[in-house]
Amino acid sequence: MFELTSLWQIILLKTFFAFCMVSVVMGIAAYSVLAERKVSSWIQGRIGPNRTTLPIIGSIPMIGPFLTRLGVFQPVADGLKFLFKEEPVPKHVNKFYYNLAPVVAMVPALTTMAVLPFGQIKDSVSSEYVPLILANVDIGILFLFAISSLGVYGIVLGAWASNNKYSFMGGIRSSAQMISYELSLGLAALPVLMWANPPGADGGMSLINVVESQQTIWNIFWQPLSALLFLVAIFAETNRAPFDMPESETDLVGGFHTEYGAFKFGMFFVAEYAHIVLGSAVFTLLFLGGWNLAPGFAFPWPSGYIGGVASTLVFLAKTCFLIFFFIWVRWTLPRFRYDQVMKLGWSILLPIAIVNLVLNIAIISVWDLYFAS
Amino acid sequence: MPGKTKVLERKPLSLAERTYLPQIATGLKTTFKNLFSEKITRQYPEEQPPIPQGYRGVPTLVKDPNGREKCVSCQLCEFVCPPKAIRITPGELDDEGETAHVEKGPQEFEINMLRCIYCGLCQEVCPEEAIWLQNEFSLSGYTREEFINNKEKLYELGGTLPDEHFKWDKKKAAEEAGNPHH
Repeated sequence: MFELTSLWQIILLKTFFAFCMVSVVMGIAAYSVLAERKVSSWIQGRIGPNRTTLPIIGSIPMIGPFLTRLGVFQPVADGLKFLFKEEPVPKHVNKFYYNLAPVVAMVPALTTMAVLPFGQIKDSVSSEYVPLILANVDIGILFLFAISSLGVYGIVLGAWASNNKYSFMGGIRSSAQMISYELSLGLAALPVLMWANPPGADGGMSLINVVESQQTIWNIFWQPLSALLFLVAIFAETNRAPFDMPESETDLVGGFHTEYGAFKFGMFFVAEYAHIVLGSAVFTLLFLGGWNLAPGFAFPWPSGYIGGVASTLVFLAKTCFLIFFFIWVRWTLPRFRYDQVMKLGWSILLPIAIVNLVLNIAIISVWDLYFAS
Repeated sequence: MPGKTKVLERKPLSLAERTYLPQIATGLKTTFKNLFSEKITRQYPEEQPPIPQGYRGVPTLVKDPNGREKCVSCQLCEFVCPPKAIRITPGELDDEGETAHVEKGPQEFEINMLRCIYCGLCQEVCPEEAIWLQNEFSLSGYTREEFINNKEKLYELGGTLPDEHFKWDKKKAAEEAGNPHH
């Protein structure tokens, strides 16, 4: 596309792209908060935020009131409120770690999006597919799993620094839950990666590779068990209901962020939603065919930018549906008890994940021995 | 009563039930239906709640159809008021003109809405049907003084009661017929 010779130009352009990506993901996270409030309201027979408005846009006839009723301006008000509120720091906390924790929670959420592919462009000259991704690294999904589970450090650090028993219990639960479900998460993703890298192929852990392997059939249709395991594990990893152990507000006051207020709480909050956005995106890539339009109709778009935008929109639509699914489940299911979460993770999910993996290995070896040659 | 208790047999859960997945799907279906159900929220300032008959809102003073004050400043409401929200300053009325046959009237009539408990005893006790509790329930202000309704404000809120008693007209007619102590 561009002939860039200067290193500075490349760095500048990459920084710009990264800035765009962060803005988009943070925007989706902010609007997920709105979606959460709206969907919960609708499910409970309420209306939800419908009063916040902006001076000029809100006074456009028809559109303005419609957007206001939809609560479109609410995230702006929420964000500004967090920004301008007084930030009280309790006396009994460890100041350094207390201030560090929200940052530690936020950074992994922002970092993982670097290796997240979100579409592809068909080059008009060479007819080759160029994936849209910030950093196309080979270890793709490993990087993602590694960094995203660092998010729990922010929670544990904040919980510990708060010097409060409820926060502390929230942090402990969170770390235990993260360790328990990380295993099932990895084991559930492995069969997908094995099938995406047939024997003899170069392969790799790249997510682009996984999406390309789903052009004829999406993984959710012929790996439903892996998809289910991965979905449950990702619910636990993102600390969402029914696994919202770290903040279980009925028994732990507010959980790990009990002592937090104003913008520091806002950072925890947005980080949580950014994790949900990223979790939905990863599930889309691994099991819902990524930016492939439909099974069998992978890329009917023309070459050039139109195809790039269209494939990105397909990817975004699937991700948004999954975000809705996250919210939907939260307002349907009650929370598990802590011991039930542990039991489900260690004595049900993990054995099933291992059996699923072994089964897939067996099928692949048999296929390789008798049919592939 | 022994022998009447029927012990229900608890069937063991089937495999599908033990995974909880069908149940979760049913729950999701229920909440999804609720997404489109009719909303029960009332959009308050725009949509006012229905006021039932006999509602006790803000107490006000009313005038009779001739535009004269019905209140005769008997101070019964002041005495009966449990939180002592009412303060009446009785006054003399002109013997000539419009108020010629009116017995008495309040010079000043104050109801402190910060004290009022909306019990309606003032309305119940009033022999002249001069004080009425209205449907208005939402009061707001910035100072304590704003919440003390004076006579002017009370008549403004109360308006005219279209009753058919015409007490003062009857009194005038009786006086003209030579029977002043009607």
